[in-house]
Amino acid sequence: MKISATVFLKKDVLDPQGKVVSQTLKNMGYKNVINVRQGKFFEIELNETNKEKAKEIVDEISKKLLTNTIIEDYTINLK
Amino acid sequence: MKSSVIVFPGSNCDRDVAVALNKFKFINQMVWHDETNLPKSDLVVLPGGFSYGDYLRTGCIASKSRIISDIIQHAKKGGLILGICNGFQILIEAGLLPGSLLRNKNLRFLSKNVFLKITDVKNQFCLDYKKDHVVEFPIAHNEGNYFVDKSTLNSLEDQNLIAFKYCNEKGITDEDSNPNGSSNNIAGILNSKKNILGLMPHPERVIDPLHSSQDGVGIFKSLLK
Repeated sequence: MKISATVFLKKDVLDPQGKVVSQTLKNMGYKNVINVRQGKFFEIELNETNKEKAKEIVDEISKKLLTNTIIEDYTINLK
Repeated sequence: MKSSVIVFPGSNCDRDVAVALNKFKFINQMVWHDETNLPKSDLVVLPGGFSYGDYLRTGCIASKSRIISDIIQHAKKGGLILGICNGFQILIEAGLLPGSLLRNKNLRFLSKNVFLKITDVKNQFCLDYKKDHVVEFPIAHNEGNYFVDKSTLNSLEDQNLIAFKYCNEKGITDEDSNPNGSSNNIAGILNSKKNILGLMPHPERVIDPLHSSQDGVGIFKSLLK
């Protein structure tokens, strides 16, 4: 089973890379771009058929390794 | 005094700090990250560098190394730990120090000398310095922007757990003398028991007459006191 996790900086943490991307898009003429936040996307292939169990495992992985919970939040997406 | 320098794939200041330790007569050994037993040590040094190419987050993969559980035990027993630059990042990822190190505010890799104010001298790493003394250390990092929530930041200040702050030549800590955007100009912090110090600047690069200054000598002399 494939599950993905998305990791983003928390709202109140400065995201300089996102800011630069946002500014560059504006410079390129995309005047309607308001803001960009840059994050990380993980696709995890699990040897597990039970959806709930798989979600639990990815939740644990996200907490223990993929996310620095002081500055980042994560969301898990079941396909 | 016995010291162990932990070497990770991608460490590049491990030999520099070993040279410094030897100069001050520490009995030092290099310990590979994959070892499971930490040799008997009074001091553990996590050196600077780019462990695991900074994959995922700086210091993150190294903080899951086999040797880390012994280092956490060493810390619990009150053993001394010094984390320099990437070593500071590893200490934070291992949960031994609070907060987080973000990318420098201006997104540039910074490699230059900076002035630091010694803001706490009642710890084993700074005994040889005078409080509010200004020293000059080099920095060389991309993720040194220390960030922590307000309440932890206040408790670091209240408990005198901030050992070094970025400042100007006159010792004034302001935005202009803050190279990377760190909260409260923080350059180095201690844990609550004060047996662990993590700092972004490199004391091991300022210990010899051939270096740009010898202000780093104080840390090694303090450790021997």
